[in-house]
Amino acid sequence: MEPTAAPASVEPILKARGLWKVFGDDPQRLFESDLKSESKEKIQEKTGLVVGLRNISFDVHKGEIFVLMGLSGSGKSTLIRNLIRLVDPTAGQIHIGGREICAMNEKQLMNFRRRSTAMVFQAFGLLPHYTVLDNTAYGLKIRGMPEAERNKIAMEAIRTVGLEGWEDYYPSSLSGGMQQRVGIARALAADPEIMLLDEPFSGLDPLIRRQMQDELIQLQSELHKTMIFVTHDLQEALKIADRIAIMQDGEIIQIGTPEEIIASPASDYVQEFVRDAYPATVLTAGTIMEDPEPEIHVWQGPQVAHTLIHRSKRDFAFVLDKQKRAVGFLSHRALDDLIRRGGNSLEAAMDVEFETCTPEMTVEELFPLATASPHPIAVVDEKGKFIGCIRNTTIIESMIQDEPEEKEGEGDV
Amino acid sequence: MFEFPEKLYVPMEKWIDAIMDWILVNMSGIFDAIGGVILKILIVIEQTLLWLPWPVILLLIGAAAWRSMGKWWHGVIMAGLIFLVGVFGYWDDSMSTLAVVIASVAVSLLIGFPAGIIMARRDKVQATLQPVLDAMQTMPSFVYLIPAMMLFGLGKVPAVFATVIYAVPPIIRLTDVGIRGVPESVVEAARSFGASDRQLLFDVQLPLAFPSIMVGINQTTMMALAMVVIASMIGARGLGLEVLVAINRIEVGHGFTAGASIVFLAIVIDRISSAFARKQQKHLS
Repeated sequence: MEPTAAPASVEPILKARGLWKVFGDDPQRLFESDLKSESKEKIQEKTGLVVGLRNISFDVHKGEIFVLMGLSGSGKSTLIRNLIRLVDPTAGQIHIGGREICAMNEKQLMNFRRRSTAMVFQAFGLLPHYTVLDNTAYGLKIRGMPEAERNKIAMEAIRTVGLEGWEDYYPSSLSGGMQQRVGIARALAADPEIMLLDEPFSGLDPLIRRQMQDELIQLQSELHKTMIFVTHDLQEALKIADRIAIMQDGEIIQIGTPEEIIASPASDYVQEFVRDAYPATVLTAGTIMEDPEPEIHVWQGPQVAHTLIHRSKRDFAFVLDKQKRAVGFLSHRALDDLIRRGGNSLEAAMDVEFETCTPEMTVEELFPLATASPHPIAVVDEKGKFIGCIRNTTIIESMIQDEPEEKEGEGDV
Repeated sequence: MFEFPEKLYVPMEKWIDAIMDWILVNMSGIFDAIGGVILKILIVIEQTLLWLPWPVILLLIGAAAWRSMGKWWHGVIMAGLIFLVGVFGYWDDSMSTLAVVIASVAVSLLIGFPAGIIMARRDKVQATLQPVLDAMQTMPSFVYLIPAMMLFGLGKVPAVFATVIYAVPPIIRLTDVGIRGVPESVVEAARSFGASDRQLLFDVQLPLAFPSIMVGINQTTMMALAMVVIASMIGARGLGLEVLVAINRIEVGHGFTAGASIVFLAIVIDRISSAFARKQQKHLS
């Protein structure tokens, strides 16, 4: 997955603005009163109304996986249902592909759901009296597509999720993981503009869950669907999301890429979440690398190199060529030896066996590189230019979670 | 002092009688028409049952039991029970009882099925209908004989009418329960793909409610059989009448054979229809 900083000029496929969901009798009266900005508890105490969603606004761009994350009761499931009005929002606007969802009548809404969205549910929501094939074709059947045609499309979707050979079985004879594959196949067969996934993997065993996540990522790399994915599991969110919206008490409190969220949690609540996360899958080489100084060039003399290294308070450096490509690793000790022996060329002292990585690689991907060589890893850009280095100890330190108290102090332990 | 004050007496029964009189005078045409239709259905069913040679009926019952319950000897036992009814000398009586039961169940389904669907869809209808159904089932079944007799006179038609009133609640109730019992996740999934009310009903709700509906049909049938026996008091001939005669004449043997015949008929109908209901449940769980 490449990090997506979607260009601002592209119109988002989904725009939600000022969404509210208020439960209770005559919820509109909340908006006529001046209690709107009060706390959830105060509103409930004064009016008996329960605020489910409060002033939610966000954009989803074409082709991205947008994750809504929060604990149970945070409103994430209500929000995803609001988007296609399985639950009607109390106030606000939702634009999907330029259409205003909240203004639609029953019939328009029905047609919209048939064409533009497809949903995957935590409890699967398969029809128990339909075979896998009929279940997969269900969305197309509702549209009125002839049987032969819809079965062909459904078979393709069944193949995509790896359920070939199971098409004539009933859901009750399938395991949970396989049933959810049918759920995903059903959504894929409908070929929607936006796929909505409501905790699709939460009901599965951890092992199966991880496998399904991997497959979803694989699938996404081929299909480039727009997905809105609800989860309570930060690990899952970090793994699959292009961007994450973190929800608490019916509000979105932070939106950002997984890395942004890990690196700078917007509140104690997010911090709390992040503490449990496993950063190796999220942190990249670019975030943990040290700067490339000192720059020592292959044509420089040993004494110059010695001074530069000494001044940098490091005990090593990478030796660069004219194009600023790292050509060798030079340790302080090897340099001392060279000077003692009276050698002139740094090439005699440097070790050309070292590992390189790109700044996009995750820490997890750096592990094998760190074990392959005793030297620090050189970080290079796409042109091969040396832009930083990572010591093996830095990789290990990045795995250690900073307690919030300690975070105040120094970053390096 | 603790006697209930007579001043508070309300002549409720007179009002109801007045309403009945009014209905009799002004709406007799409607009831005659309804009665005519019911009678026609009844005659067709009864004639068919009596026209079919008895071995054919035994074979049909045996085959139905075999198919629904699974073992061939189930079929033999069920056909054997009905054979016994014939041996006791009640073949024609049992067929005319069966005809009234079938006609009553058919009318009950015609009314109960749509009523159950509406009840499942609208909470307000459910809230109103629920106590009415409760009352219908708690009311002593004899009470239904009176309006039935007044509206349709004596004979099989009022028997069907009274039987329908008594037997219709289970099918309404279990259709409602069945549809409401369809998992929310499945209904939501169908909605999310843009299913209309109609598509939701026919593709999802009715198929999933089917086992429950079959239980309702079973219960309605059993209640109809029970009521048909009582309805013999207002002129429905058949097994019930034989029991009634036996009571009046204090003939123990007569009462026993007629009573046993009703039980056999009940066992056969119950076993076969509940086995069909169970079969439907298989891959729905």
